[in-house]
Parts: sequence; C-alpha cells; structure tokens
Amino acid sequence: MRIFAVVYCLALAVFSTHLKPQKSKAESIAAGEEIYQDFCVQCHLSNGEGVSGVFPPLKASDYLFEDINRSIAGIKYGLKGEITVNDEIYDGVMANQGLEEEEIADVMNYILNQWGNQSEEFITPNQVANVSKSILGQ
Amino acid sequence: MYLSMKKLSLLFAFTLVIQSGCAQDNPPMIETPLETNYSYEVVVDGLEIPWGMAFISTDELLVTEKSGTLYHVKEGQKTVINGLPEIYTRGQGGLLDVALHPNFSENKIIYMTLGANTEKDDEGGNTALYCATLNGTELSDVKLLYKATPNTKKGQHFGSRIVFDQEGHVYFGIGDRGNRDENPQDLTRDGGKVYRLNLDGSIPEDNPFVNETEAKKAIFSYGHRNPQGMVVHPKTGQIWENEHGPQGGDEINIIKKGVNYGWPKITYGINYSGTPITDKTSAPDMEQPLYYWVPSIAPSGMAFSTSGIYKEWKDDLFVGSLKFEYLERLVIQNNKVVKREKVLDKIGRVRNVVEGPDGYLYLGVEGKGIVKIVPTS
Repeated sequence: MRIFAVVYCLALAVFSTHLKPQKSKAESIAAGEEIYQDFCVQCHLSNGEGVSGVFPPLKASDYLFEDINRSIAGIKYGLKGEITVNDEIYDGVMANQGLEEEEIADVMNYILNQWGNQSEEFITPNQVANVSKSILGQ
Repeated sequence: MYLSMKKLSLLFAFTLVIQSGCAQDNPPMIETPLETNYSYEVVVDGLEIPWGMAFISTDELLVTEKSGTLYHVKEGQKTVINGLPEIYTRGQGGLLDVALHPNFSENKIIYMTLGANTEKDDEGGNTALYCATLNGTELSDVKLLYKATPNTKKGQHFGSRIVFDQEGHVYFGIGDRGNRDENPQDLTRDGGKVYRLNLDGSIPEDNPFVNETEAKKAIFSYGHRNPQGMVVHPKTGQIWENEHGPQGGDEINIIKKGVNYGWPKITYGINYSGTPITDKTSAPDMEQPLYYWVPSIAPSGMAFSTSGIYKEWKDDLFVGSLKFEYLERLVIQNNKVVKREKVLDKIGRVRNVVEGPDGYLYLGVEGKGIVKIVPTS
C-alpha cells in the first residue's frame, strides 16, 4: 500500500509538469505577436524597423542576433544607455515592461522570426528565467 | 504634352486616391527657430521616466519615477519617500502623476495616480487615484479614492494627469486601457474617461451622469483615448487636456461636463498598421478637438507660460513631445492654434512640463531628469 502511494505521488508529480503543455514554436510566435502589438509596436513599429537614431531596429538587427540572451535581459530588466545597432548609436531608455517570463519568450520568438528574421533557436520561459541582469553590463 | 480628356480624368482620380490615402499634415506646420534666446540647466538628475512633478516651493518639489519611486527634491537633492501603496508596473502603467492638495500648505495632502491591483487578483491592473499625507519623507493616511475596473494585463493607456478646479474638485484622466471597442463610449465602464471627484474622494452631486443607473458616477467626460496632459487655463479656469491618438490624431481638448470626445467613433488617426479605424472625423453629438496633430507628436504634459519671464511666450501653451523629443510651443488666439514651434529640439523624450512657482518652465525629460528653461538675454 505504501509503495503504491509513493508510486502514485511520483506519477502525479511527473504528470503534473505536463499539465501545462509547453507551447509549440508556432504557438509561441502567435502569442508573441499579441505581446508585440501591445508593448513594442509604438516604438519599434509594425515593420520592426524602429526609428533611425531614436528607436533601434529589430529587423535584421546585428545587436539582436549577436547575443540573444542580452536582448532577453533588455526586455526583462529594461535597457538604458548607449548601444550600437547596425553601426548606428542609440542612447535611450527602454523601460522594463513588466512582462512575465513566458510572455518574454513568446515575444522573443516572434521578433526572431518576423520581417525576414530567422532563428533556429526556440526561446523558452525557462531560458528567460535563467538570464541575469549582469549580461547587460550595467 | 497632349492628354486625352479620359486620360486626364483618370490621372485626376488617381491623384485623389493618393491624396486621400495618406493623411495630410495638419497646419500650422511646426517651425524651428533659427535663433533662440534661452538655454537650459538640469536641476534634478538621475531620473529615467519623470512622469509627474509638483512644486512645494521654488526649490522644493515632488517627482514621480514611473518605475515606482516618489522623490522629495530639495535644492536638487533627491530623497526617496516611503509609504507608497503597492504599484502595478506593466507596459505604460506604474507610478504616474502627483499633485498637491489646493490647501497643501496646511494639510500636507498629496494626490497620486498609479497602476494598481487592489483586488489582489491575477487579472492585471488598472489606474487608481490615491491621496496621502506627506510628513517629511514619509506618507501616512494613504487612502484609495478611485480604482478603475476591471483589471487587465493590457499594457496600454493608463493615462494620467491630476488637476484641481477652484470649486473643490479633483480631476484625473484614465486611458482606454487597450480596449477601445468597449471602454471609451460606455458610461458603465471605466477607461477612456476624465473623472471628477470632491477632494475627499466622494462623488459630486452635480456630476453629469449621477442619475444614470449603472453609469460610473465619477465620470465627467468620455470618449478619450489616453490623456497624458492636463492643465487649468490660467484665465478661463477651464481644463485643457491633451491625449495620444493612434497614428495621427493626437488631440488638445477643453474638457466640458458630460461631453463625448468621440474616441474611437471619430478620430483623425489610423491604426499603427496603417489600416483605418473609422472613416469619420466628426459626428453631430461628439466634440471636435481644439487642435489635432497629424503627424502625431506623442504629447505628454501641458503648461501655460503666465509669468512673462520668457517675454514672447506669455500666455502660450507648451506640450512635451515624446516622439520627436522637443517641447512644443503653441501660440493660441481665440481658441485656435495659430503657430507651432520647437523648443529645445532633440533634448530627449519630454514626458512632462509645468510652470514652477518661480515662473520658469520645468520639463521632465526621460533619461535626463528635470530641466529648467533659462532665458539668455
């Protein structure tokens, strides 16, 4: 009886981690589009090109693809100060938008695969959770 | 070159299509002065998004940092004020405006608008108005005066600014919270409204919709998108407001009791994606703006210059531009904008502008701090 209870609990534990099934990449990108339209589009615009010298582009952005975790940290903690994107210097503030880890993963997957951007990587909430502020060097 | 009549009319029709397809810039066009007789100095530094400011005296003021800090500033030195209510910070929400009670010198009461989730649910947040008593750098008697519902995880359009009239009312705006189809035109719902309360938070008996069942009784006007500038006109006592439109169609309005300002039924703007929201810019029962900006400047903050310190600017209106990173000076004659001019072009995202008790204009500039405009001649 005791063994049964232990096995039962173990099974439940394993099963419950699957209760909230992980999104597919396509589902994550679709959810990410909603987040993008809500939180990002005012500055980075619907074409992802931003405004030269004011809001950096996400489309074909060398800054983004050089270090994806750095961009995750930028969304997670906010970003301030000088960065160089496609040879242009940006010295602004991107406020922390208060997004949840899953939402950050979704919007990253959208950005990485939109406007001709393409990435093999599939960002998960777990990866977002593991990104620390130190990567921003601030 | 010879063109047949048919070709000509085709060409004419084609030109019409092109013209109606892209919004026309709304005059007067913005001017950049060649010579200026002013400069600026940073009087408070180290601020990221200085949303609101309220002067206690010429060298003492309160400043909100959107991420959730209220500062007491004396002679440029910032001290964090403790005892704030819990703040819901997401998207455009956070700690927003701060204002002093008209009788602050005696009662030390301040008002604040901020994103809040007072219900402790998991549904997001909405804009709230609080008052509190300021003792040095501590808040006490923190009171929730109004909380918009329902909570939502949408990041947009929390508003907000706070002003007072001479008759013992406090006014504040709340944006449509990213739900334009349901909120701004529905008096039973919060969002997309300017509200009016008595200074103690109670509902004035003569508010316009107190007798409509189900209506939110605090509503003073409706059909707004996202009010982020408000000021009492120094001569008429009327409340002037500016609000963000969609792409194109930011507005200046004079706020009147019970009036519908039309969003999203009428607007001069279009969606960020370029698709139309409505083909109507006017409707019989909806108020026209005093002025609308096409293209959008993303207006925030609003002040009149009354002091005469800047000689040529007396009685002019000033509005911050987040998008183009300047302060806009608007010359107004008979409630019509006759001239627009850039002030401190490229200074940064101008979040706020107020006239201090010393008559100088002070700007809240993102990433920079509080900036004072100083005449140079």
